[in-house]
Amino acid sequence: MESKSYTTGSRDNANRNLEGSKTLMASHFLRALFRIQQTSTTRSSFAGRRRRIRRAAYASMAYSAGTRRAWSRALLRKLRSRARLRFPRRLSRAARPQRGDTDQAQVLRKLVPGGPGMDYCKLLEETADYIRCLTTQVRLMQTVMDSISS
Amino acid sequence: MIAQNSSDTNSQKMSGRRSRSRQSSSGRITDQQIDDLMSKLQSLLHEARVGSHDRASAAKVLQDTCSYIRSLHREVDDLSERLSELLDAEGVSSAQAAIIRSLLM
Repeated sequence: MESKSYTTGSRDNANRNLEGSKTLMASHFLRALFRIQQTSTTRSSFAGRRRRIRRAAYASMAYSAGTRRAWSRALLRKLRSRARLRFPRRLSRAARPQRGDTDQAQVLRKLVPGGPGMDYCKLLEETADYIRCLTTQVRLMQTVMDSISS
Repeated sequence: MIAQNSSDTNSQKMSGRRSRSRQSSSGRITDQQIDDLMSKLQSLLHEARVGSHDRASAAKVLQDTCSYIRSLHREVDDLSERLSELLDAEGVSSAQAAIIRSLLM
C-alpha cells in the first residue's frame, strides 16, 4: 500500500530538520491513540474520545518540536495546565505596535500558540514552522485514518 | 577564533538567533529580514496551493496565512472526529492491528 505521502522528500533545511521529528510525532500520536482506544468503553462518549484525540494531536505536535520553538513551548504550557485548547485565544496585554505590525498581524497572533508574546519578526518565523508542523500532523492523521479504515 | 558562518544552515540559524536576541530593540530588525520571512511564508502557502501565485502584498500573505491556519485547525478537528468514530469499542482488534501497521511504516 502506497503510504509514502506522509513522509515526502525534503527540499530545504527546515524540512530536513522536520524529518526526525516526524517519527517522534507519529509514535507519540499513535501511542496516544492506542491508549484512547484501550480506555474507551461502549459507555464513554464519542465527544470525549474526539476531544482526547484532538488533544493528542496537538500534544504530539508540541512534543515533536519540543522546547526548540516558542509556539511549541506555549502549546506545552497550555497542555500541562490542562487548559482548554482553543484557537483563537483572547489577546493578553497588547504588545507595543512595531514596524510592519498590522491588524492582520494581530489576527495571526491569535492563531499561533504564543503569538501574543512575539514581535513581528519572530511571529513570521514561528508561523512558518507552526504551519509545517500542522500540515505534518494533518497528513499523519489522514494516513492513520486510511490505515484503519482499509 | 572566529567561526565562519557561510553555509545556508548557519545563516538561517543565525538570523533566528539574531531576531531572538534583539526582540526588545525593534530598530535592529531589517526590512530585508522581514521580506525574507514573508517569502518563506508565501512559498509555504504556494506549496499548499493557497492564495495567488504572483508576488502578493504583505497584507494578502498574512490574510492567506491566517485562513490557511484556520483551515488546518478545522482539519484537525474533523480528523479527530472521524478517528473517534473509527476507534469505537466495536472495532477494537482491527483498529489496533491497523495502528500497529502504521507504526511499522
